[in-house]
Amino acid sequence: MSRVHDMGGRFGTGAVDPDDNATFAKTWHERALALNLACGALGQWNIDASRHARECLSTADYAGFSYYEKWLGGLTDSLVAKGVLTLEELDAGRGYGMSPLADRALKAENVAATLAAGSPYTREVDAAEFAVGDRVRVRRPARNVAVSGGHTRLPAYAAGATGQVVLLHGAHVFPDSNAHGLGEAPEPLYAVQFTAQALWGDEAEADDEMVLDLWQSYLEQA
Amino acid sequence: MRAFRLLAGYVGKFCAGGKDVSCAFVTAPQLPVTGWTWGTCLWQGRAMPHDHDHPHSHLPSDPALRVKALETILTDKGLVDPAALDEIIDTYQNRIGPKNGAAVVAKMWSDPAFREEMLTDPMPRLKEMGLYGRQGEHMVFVENTPEMHNLVVCTLCSCYPWPLLGIPPGWYKSDAYRARSVREPRKVLAEFGVTLSEGQKVRVWDSTAEVRYLVVPMRPAGTEGLSQEALAKLVTRDSMIGAGLALEPGA
Repeated sequence: MSRVHDMGGRFGTGAVDPDDNATFAKTWHERALALNLACGALGQWNIDASRHARECLSTADYAGFSYYEKWLGGLTDSLVAKGVLTLEELDAGRGYGMSPLADRALKAENVAATLAAGSPYTREVDAAEFAVGDRVRVRRPARNVAVSGGHTRLPAYAAGATGQVVLLHGAHVFPDSNAHGLGEAPEPLYAVQFTAQALWGDEAEADDEMVLDLWQSYLEQA
Repeated sequence: MRAFRLLAGYVGKFCAGGKDVSCAFVTAPQLPVTGWTWGTCLWQGRAMPHDHDHPHSHLPSDPALRVKALETILTDKGLVDPAALDEIIDTYQNRIGPKNGAAVVAKMWSDPAFREEMLTDPMPRLKEMGLYGRQGEHMVFVENTPEMHNLVVCTLCSCYPWPLLGIPPGWYKSDAYRARSVREPRKVLAEFGVTLSEGQKVRVWDSTAEVRYLVVPMRPAGTEGLSQEALAKLVTRDSMIGAGLALEPGA
């Protein structure tokens, strides 16, 4: 059900390298990040769609690409999918004519204000079905129920597990809908705590815990 | 909206064709165009058969050249201002980074009223302090205690509190950290040289939404007389992710 990005719990990834410390190990990494932010300002997609674009890389590309290559792949695919660029332009390595979106291009003098403005994801919806302390079970399987293979923020490892609501975050934009142009469809969002063993079995430490942020429609009363 | 949902479902099924969906973008209002469109999984009217048909494969294979090519094309079309790219890079290299988070943690250690504010309703004050912005719209601070050590991860991508910590380091974005910190956090902590105290539990936070978590490390012993500026120097980036502890004074 899940895509290649759904990494939680996977075996075979090797050790974590704490010395892999750099924010930008290579100059082109910072350029790739900046291009992503600048293109985001063109307003042709939202953050959920841009995440989904990276998730839609093939399993071979996702595994073979370094981190910022994934960003570039998702960005390029999105630019073409939205008609902002053409394959001919990618092949030629140059752009043909000014874009009708050029007046939206992010200017240097607006960068600070744009980054500082943020983009809050909370919405005024009063429909919380669960309260702090409620026992809830995560829907199984973990998938986007509206779009086959679509974006979801429900990790596969949590599917079917039972936990307890520990925080109410208010209503947040629902990525499973927003990623696909189906509207923000805000839903109450909860921090749900699980025992590590509920998620990972008895290999996990008995006293350890995990918390995930989960939207209401991912959950049912346990 | 209902029609869009139905259409989206149909498109998803069509793309899947009972098999793996290699591109399941769906933006119903964008249909029906020729060419490669989100949601249609179509390229010139055909279902995209192979992964190498993704548009990104039309750029140079060397990633540094790939970035350069994309920047050139976008600049030609007036979509990107290279000076704006420089400005974004300068922001995250020189202005926004872990010093912001360290100052907040040091203030929490020093000022009980501020600590209470950060633990209950941090956003108004963070905005006042100029510590609000992209990828830090909804902060939650989680405190380490002798009974509980917190660790933050994003298993699905690389969510991270940018206004307080800047852009994440390589390891935070690695498959290994994303995969293992949830399943075997104690082993991962050991790889970072973190020793937990006897009886200390571990609580791992997977950042699956737009809420961003920041770990407040325990204040080291022997720091009673230190100023907030001196305390902030003990608060490392890793300690605010949970992959480290605050430094001992004089360390």
